[in-house]
Amino acid sequence: MIPGTFDYFRPRSVAEATKFLHKSKNASVLAGGHSLLPMMKLRVAAPSALVDLAGIAALRGIKKVGGNIVIGAMTTQHEVLASALIAKHVPLLHEAAQLIADPQVRYVGTLGGNVANGDPGNDMPAVMMALDATYKITGPTKRRAVKARVFYKGLYETALKSGEIVTAIEIPVPGKHGFAYEKLKRKIGDYATAGAAVVLTMKAGKVSACAIALTNLGATPLLADAAAKALVGQAPDDKAIGAAVAAARAIMDPANDTRGTPEYRKSVGGIYVERAIRCAIAAAAG
Amino acid sequence: MSKVHVKLKINDQEMEGLCEPRTLLVHFLRENLSLTGTHIGCETTHCGACTVDLNGKSVKSCTMLAVQAQGANVTTIEGMANADGTMGALQEGFRQMHGLQCGYCTPGMIVRAHRLLQENPNPTEEEIRFGIAGNLCRCTGYQNIVKAIQHAAAKLRGEEFLEAAE
Amino acid sequence: MNDMSPNKAEREAKLEGMGCKRKRVEDARFTQGKGNYVDDIKLPGMLFGDFVRSPHAHARIKGINIKKAMKVPGVLAVLTATELKGVNLAWMPTLAGDVQMVLADGKVLFQNQEVAFVVATDRYAAADGVEAVEVDYEALPVLVDPFQAMVKGAPVLREDIKDKTEGAHGKRKHYNHIFEWTVGDKDLTDAAFRKADVTIKELISYHRTHPSPLETCQAVASFDKIKGELTVWGTFQAPHVIRTVASLISTIPEHKIHVISPDVGGGFGNKVGAYPGYICAIVASIVTGKPVKWVEDRIENLTATSFARDYHMTAEIAATKEGKVQGLRVHVLADHGAFDACADPSKWPAGFFNIVTGSYDFPVAHVAVDGVYTNKAPGGVAYRCSFRVTEAAYCIERAMDILAQKLKMDPAELRMKNFIRREQFPYQSALGWEYDSGDYHTAMKQAMEKIDYQRLRAEQKRKQADFKAGKTREIMGIGVSFFTEIVGAGPSRNCDILGIAMFDSCEIRVHPTGSAIARVGTKSTGQGHETTWAQIIATEIGIPSADVMVEEGNTDTAPYGLGTYGSRSTPVAGAAIAMAARKIKAKAQMIAAYMLEVHEDDLQFDIDGFRVKGLPEKFKSMKEIAWAAYHSVPPGMEPGLEAVSYYDPPNMTYPFGAYFCVMDIDVDTGVYKIKRFYALDDCGTRINPMIIEGQVHGGLTEAFAIAMGQEIRYDAGGNVLTGSFMDFFMPTAVETPHWETDHTVTPSPHHPIGAKGVGESPNVGGVPAFSNAVNDAFGFLGSTHIQMPHDYWRNWEAAKSLGLVK
Repeated sequence: MIPGTFDYFRPRSVAEATKFLHKSKNASVLAGGHSLLPMMKLRVAAPSALVDLAGIAALRGIKKVGGNIVIGAMTTQHEVLASALIAKHVPLLHEAAQLIADPQVRYVGTLGGNVANGDPGNDMPAVMMALDATYKITGPTKRRAVKARVFYKGLYETALKSGEIVTAIEIPVPGKHGFAYEKLKRKIGDYATAGAAVVLTMKAGKVSACAIALTNLGATPLLADAAAKALVGQAPDDKAIGAAVAAARAIMDPANDTRGTPEYRKSVGGIYVERAIRCAIAAAAG
Repeated sequence: MSKVHVKLKINDQEMEGLCEPRTLLVHFLRENLSLTGTHIGCETTHCGACTVDLNGKSVKSCTMLAVQAQGANVTTIEGMANADGTMGALQEGFRQMHGLQCGYCTPGMIVRAHRLLQENPNPTEEEIRFGIAGNLCRCTGYQNIVKAIQHAAAKLRGEEFLEAAE
Repeated sequence: MNDMSPNKAEREAKLEGMGCKRKRVEDARFTQGKGNYVDDIKLPGMLFGDFVRSPHAHARIKGINIKKAMKVPGVLAVLTATELKGVNLAWMPTLAGDVQMVLADGKVLFQNQEVAFVVATDRYAAADGVEAVEVDYEALPVLVDPFQAMVKGAPVLREDIKDKTEGAHGKRKHYNHIFEWTVGDKDLTDAAFRKADVTIKELISYHRTHPSPLETCQAVASFDKIKGELTVWGTFQAPHVIRTVASLISTIPEHKIHVISPDVGGGFGNKVGAYPGYICAIVASIVTGKPVKWVEDRIENLTATSFARDYHMTAEIAATKEGKVQGLRVHVLADHGAFDACADPSKWPAGFFNIVTGSYDFPVAHVAVDGVYTNKAPGGVAYRCSFRVTEAAYCIERAMDILAQKLKMDPAELRMKNFIRREQFPYQSALGWEYDSGDYHTAMKQAMEKIDYQRLRAEQKRKQADFKAGKTREIMGIGVSFFTEIVGAGPSRNCDILGIAMFDSCEIRVHPTGSAIARVGTKSTGQGHETTWAQIIATEIGIPSADVMVEEGNTDTAPYGLGTYGSRSTPVAGAAIAMAARKIKAKAQMIAAYMLEVHEDDLQFDIDGFRVKGLPEKFKSMKEIAWAAYHSVPPGMEPGLEAVSYYDPPNMTYPFGAYFCVMDIDVDTGVYKIKRFYALDDCGTRINPMIIEGQVHGGLTEAFAIAMGQEIRYDAGGNVLTGSFMDFFMPTAVETPHWETDHTVTPSPHHPIGAKGVGESPNVGGVPAFSNAVNDAFGFLGSTHIQMPHDYWRNWEAAKSLGLVK
């Protein structure tokens, strides 16, 4: 498995990178490369050039800015796991990063790459949706910000336009909350058969705020809005949770692949939503 | 396709070579630099036979371009022996605990275990199993690999590992 | 100088002979990155070959255009069937008596079949060339389901033989039929079924899987035009056979072919056969005059070279109401893919499947196997098992559980009731084998005690009650497996490969200073032969194993052997080693007698030399005798101390074992947890217990993978869905269970050192233990048989079909 030929460019700044991307016809951004390079080795992807972001120092690092955690796009999963800031303020991210691939992949795989390439099997998109993160994007002429919740358009299709790069991810630090990322996979290194991220807040025995998002249960990561609404304002009893699970299942449209039939993946998807909800409730109450 | 001049430090030695931008690091090591200890097993980033240590991180060199490693500090299996040429603690641990059979996964496994022990000098069995989950072995069933790593960890801590290979 | 050390134990320990957990010789190079595998070989001017492969499972080739490819920088040649026809190599013979296309000749018959071979200056240029070859295909109807192979109007796959009514193994019933193989007494078996109190019948499928060693199949071919000599380095489990095949199908005489297996990164049956890649590398070297390397990638390995299993077995048992088995009837539909390239001994189209009576005293039995063609990759190799023995063991072990369920008997108790008893050995099976030795009751009892079987059953009963009461959604299964293998192929009277008897060989040379080199006809692919072969010699002739170098894999230096697979190395080559050593010992005894001035009969062997009976101070060590062999031999004796043995085993060996698997399954998700796995193995005499345990761990891990998900799966269009390690289940250290091992020792009576072979037992016995655990878990809810593999979603499907899913 050998990739086709391409030009290689290692810019020192985001401006340089976007400029190159803009003028080149079929260039791809290279972050960790652990999604892109396998596709190139299979010759499914054949970019004319690679723009390697590894040399741009500005794209790395984890900071707290006001009420937000800001993570540079080139921050690796390993760095996420090692970060005390993340463990303290967005522990959900820490929990999810542990479940990604294997140690070697986490050393190299980046948060930006994980959220930006539009693979429904990636874990971080659903996590970012649940946390209501914002992606900071720089294009050849301007900068913009797009909410994770509206970023994903279809299978490998995102709101990113030609020449644009995700430079950072901004996560509003949630207040006291419960959280969980529950993922079923066949083995280490596999994508989720089904995955669910839940962030919720309890007040006086009732769910006061909730977000639920799903991994690999559709062509894109899914924000299970109706499921969250079914819980908000309710005491989280079996009935309310059952309603939330049913609402989540209703939007699942998983592929038929070697992980199982869509029927199985929806069934088990609901169970993992339920587990994540119960886990988050226990954490929020505790 | 014009070639790129790649320079890096491998096993404490400056090395360099010319390669295409698309040349995978594993091929650069094996073909250009004749360091054939690093192997290729699956080509889809699952098996870890191609694992090398790059700037203090375990990476799968079949999913990295040689140009990405420009200027990096790389350790391969050829650099895992002690300074005096004797077998390193992990190498000895694998031999003592029968942590290998066909030997094909062994270089990647040892290089990965090296980084694991750098980060966690006294890992539990579970931590070892998760720590080497990016490396597949078809021969051993991992049980004696776990022991091999425990053996090395004990030795590096100056302790004695009392269990035998099973 | 005489070794009069009173400490026998010390002298014995110094030998590190049989029974010693000797550390491996191989490990020094493997742990330091100094192994020498095929892809490590680099020759001056070496080229690289890569295949154009078919995206279709069945299609006619209307044209191949190589013009663009020839313009790709670095591409030097593109071989197609047309070029190969020029050297009469477009097709090659298979080990099973069929022929196989080397490169697609007019049509393709499976996805990823080899269509053209691009030769270029390096692997990058070759890959570019592959992409530039244009092939015009006309898709044909695809046959994937073996049960549809022989229906009227099924697509004609093999047009080359469609009108042939006789195949290599007798009559063909249909153009997609390969052979029918029957064994046993049909009339007596039918009669037993008519008289039986109880019968069971079940279709038990063993899905298609793949051995997938971590190193793929690879070769470097180098043809020297001046000398007319061909050298091939390759990942060969049987290098001598490859040499003979290469000579038979080319015009190169065998003495001018040098086949070398360097270090091999695992085999598991994948590296027994001859593949188009080897042939193309050889032809390309002849055509270009340069060495040519071919290295499979993982997708090619999984989809094109040598699948295993794909056996669909309808098993029936007749029994008395007390549970005594009276008869066994099995029909097998065997899916061989597009070409019959099974790696079985030539007279055995279904391998040794007739070991299917297992460990039980069946008075009568009958087996019929129908092999059919489908649009899938060829193969049918023994993936870490003797030929079709895993399939047979799975079949009988599953069927015995189904019978136990029907009789409402405990499956362990049913097995105990039907075991062949110790005093019945040597035992003639109803399907024609003579089991050499066994003590099944002792092994089973030991195993049941060690795992506390009765307590486990009691725990299971409680959990079943809890499940029925709605207190838990988990069900517990206890998988029982008691297997008997047949390994060590094999005696020349019934085993050959392309006419070459399946002996094996050893040559030992003891050097003047008392160290030695041993060359053996087998080829280690991880089993540690360099370590264990020396241990046999150490014990036999009293030279420390550290002083014995073992060499394998070079056909110029090693004596002819049939290679390593089917757990045959220890039963056959291990015997040859002992016999060669005994020849050395006999000569050494004559020399010692001369040195000590006594008659040979007055000497006795004592650990590391010969001692005069009754005069313990008169002793000559092997070291001294070796020197004398080159210095002062008895008058009339040839100098030197070396011997060769070619060993034709009188019988196979029959290792056995008792395995237990304890598993919990969540019926809502299908997720299972392996709570315990216990394996008791009896492989006869144990040469190196450390290596044996390692073999067991590895084989169990493969069994776990196969039973719980490892599958080569095709869609209806013949596309492979599991072509990489993402989807082909390869467990990591996290999923792999902890293994508990145990043993009994029942030596083989006919083997010089009593050893039986062990490498494959854990795969053979492990798969039924896992599958029986799953089936045992669901059994109380009304199911009788759930097909493998038992991955999460299929467990859920099983639960759903039983109405358990909410």
